[in-house]
Amino acid sequence: MPINYYIILAVALFSIGVAGVLTRRNAIIIFMCVELMLNAVNLLLVAFSKMHYANVVALNPASPVGTEAQLFVFFIMVVAAAEVSVGLAIIVMMYRNIHSVDINFLNRLKH
Amino acid sequence: MSKLVYLVPLFPLIGFLINGLGRKYLSKSLSGIIGSGVILASFIISLLIFNETRAEGFTAVTVNLFEFINVAGLNIPFAFQVDQLSVLFLLIITGVGFLIHVYSTSYMNAEEPHHYARYFSFLNLFVFSMLLLVLGSNYLIMFIGWEGVGLCSYLLIGYWFKNTEYGNAARKAFVMNRIGDLGFLLGLFFIIQQFGSLTYTEVFSQAQGAGVGILTVITLLLFVGATGKSAQIPLYTWLPDAMAGPTPVSALIHAATMVTAGIYMIARSNILYTLAPVSQTVVAVVGLATAILAATIAIKQNDIKKVLAYSTVSQLGYMFLGLGVGAYTGAVFHVMTHAFFKALLFLGAGSVIHAMHHEQDIRKMGGLAKKLPHTHWTFLIGCIAIAGIPPFSGFFSKDEILTHAFAANPVYYIIGLLGALMTAFYMFRLYAMTFRGTFRGTKEQEHHLHESPWSMVIPLIVLAVLATVAGFVGIPELFAPDAHRLEHYLAPVFAASAQIAEGHHVPASTEWILLGVSLVMIAVSILYALNRFSKKPETEEATGFGKVLANKWYVDELYETFISKPLNGVGYVFNRFVEKSGIDGLVNGVGKSVQWGGRQLRLLQSGQVGNYVLLMVLGILIFFVIALFI
Repeated sequence: MPINYYIILAVALFSIGVAGVLTRRNAIIIFMCVELMLNAVNLLLVAFSKMHYANVVALNPASPVGTEAQLFVFFIMVVAAAEVSVGLAIIVMMYRNIHSVDINFLNRLKH
Repeated sequence: MSKLVYLVPLFPLIGFLINGLGRKYLSKSLSGIIGSGVILASFIISLLIFNETRAEGFTAVTVNLFEFINVAGLNIPFAFQVDQLSVLFLLIITGVGFLIHVYSTSYMNAEEPHHYARYFSFLNLFVFSMLLLVLGSNYLIMFIGWEGVGLCSYLLIGYWFKNTEYGNAARKAFVMNRIGDLGFLLGLFFIIQQFGSLTYTEVFSQAQGAGVGILTVITLLLFVGATGKSAQIPLYTWLPDAMAGPTPVSALIHAATMVTAGIYMIARSNILYTLAPVSQTVVAVVGLATAILAATIAIKQNDIKKVLAYSTVSQLGYMFLGLGVGAYTGAVFHVMTHAFFKALLFLGAGSVIHAMHHEQDIRKMGGLAKKLPHTHWTFLIGCIAIAGIPPFSGFFSKDEILTHAFAANPVYYIIGLLGALMTAFYMFRLYAMTFRGTFRGTKEQEHHLHESPWSMVIPLIVLAVLATVAGFVGIPELFAPDAHRLEHYLAPVFAASAQIAEGHHVPASTEWILLGVSLVMIAVSILYALNRFSKKPETEEATGFGKVLANKWYVDELYETFISKPLNGVGYVFNRFVEKSGIDGLVNGVGKSVQWGGRQLRLLQSGQVGNYVLLMVLGILIFFVIALFI
């Protein structure tokens, strides 16, 4: 498959994420959109890595180039998982305090 | 001993610091003792140094204290020069200064303790500055002292600063002095440019090689400084106003310090003036004009201190006349005798004012001779001395100046003699109206009349003795050959000038005639003044020409109209349009525009996370557009 498809898909996902973050007020939806953006980037990373690997091996089968970028994506997913847990915890605390998950209520950075 | 000369100014400086810093804690007697004691210590050291300089073949000693300015080939050390001229001034300053300090301890007794200490600290600083002025071995040290006395005169004239009028008098003195100082400073720059040094010895040794033109410029600029400090036309009007200060301060300013600075400076630079005859003429003419103008004004003044103030201006005019005709010794001699009798007269006037409860108008005095016997006698001696009756000191010094003036130009002599007659007249008018006749004040004042305490009378007596005998150090050649001890003593300082200047010699017979004529005329004018004002004192307001004199020839008004008012107008325009709208507008405009920008940008920080994200995304998009298409 040509790389263009991957790029278009990733850009579409990323744009949906951006649009969601910009337009929605519900913190959980925003959070989901952020994840969407993150994973759009992950997808792009994997796609480029695969393409790069194929190109290098085609020229020289003994090349030491590996699949570091694909491994890197796993790291990102791990870190993202940790981040999700922290983010969800914040949202839960927010709900407990103000009984809402609307981010516009939280515009003063103080109580 | 002369190596220890730095102690002389050091003691007053210490006194200034102790009294100034400790003014809240010192008792009145203690600050009086410290204030007078340090001057006494300086006087004793000066005496010891004087003894050394009297020795035959004493040469000037330079005491280097530290390197002061050393830049671009110009080396100005902080050094003192001990020679006959500076030591003579040391004696006058510390000696008369000490008596004035002692006198002040009683005169200022009504003051609060911390004001009392402030007074003595200023007085000490004054003496310190003056000592610095006469001791410096170069023009820069002189300039430091020169500015110092200007500052101290400001502080002391405005000592009673709660009175606005006194404050204005202080400011007037300061501003007038600053005008003169500018000339002095320019003179110094020319000296540096011409000689590459400010040290006396170096400048004077090169002086003969310099052109007459540049020397004339330098000496005239220095003389501008002298007119400010020594109250000559056109900058003399501050001195009579300086009467606003306490009376001992007037005595200090008029006798021992400050006004003699200009005389000292020209006497010190005598070789420069001798080489620039044009400047000499200017000095002589200005001095003579001042002498006569101030004398005419003094005739019609009714304030006891104002009469004395104008007589100081007039006597300073004589000193400049002496300097202008090359009678340097005579001028310095007159500084010395004048220091004695003028300090005496001022302190005597202070004693009268003290007894009269701060009444200064002589029309309200009269008949004080019986009530204030010591003050009366000492004041009378002062009057005789200033009038120039032998054998009192003023006779010798004034005669020396007038004889030299006659030798230079008989016109100088005639005008000078006219001034001397007026001096005798107004001094005895003052004396007669104050001490003779009947008392014209209120009953209450008459009841409270009292002789001053001993600490005020003793300085008067000492000064009276000095005013009587001081003339004998300068007995003219006419009376006894080789009896002019002062001339002999000062000869090394003026040696170079004496070689250049052609000696005018007046035949002895002419000199006798001049002496006789002037004495008879002075005696007549004294008797006339005594007779006229003892019996019928002048209590009504002056009319006609007398009114012009009583109003000081309207010089103050003239300055006010033609200098102060236009300057104030220019100042107002600059303040209103250039400063307020131009410079302030610019500075405030910058501040205002930054504030306005901040207020607008503040709105961006709304606290809405969505806005931030939107801006972030827009920013990224802009970067994309730039990266991809540009």
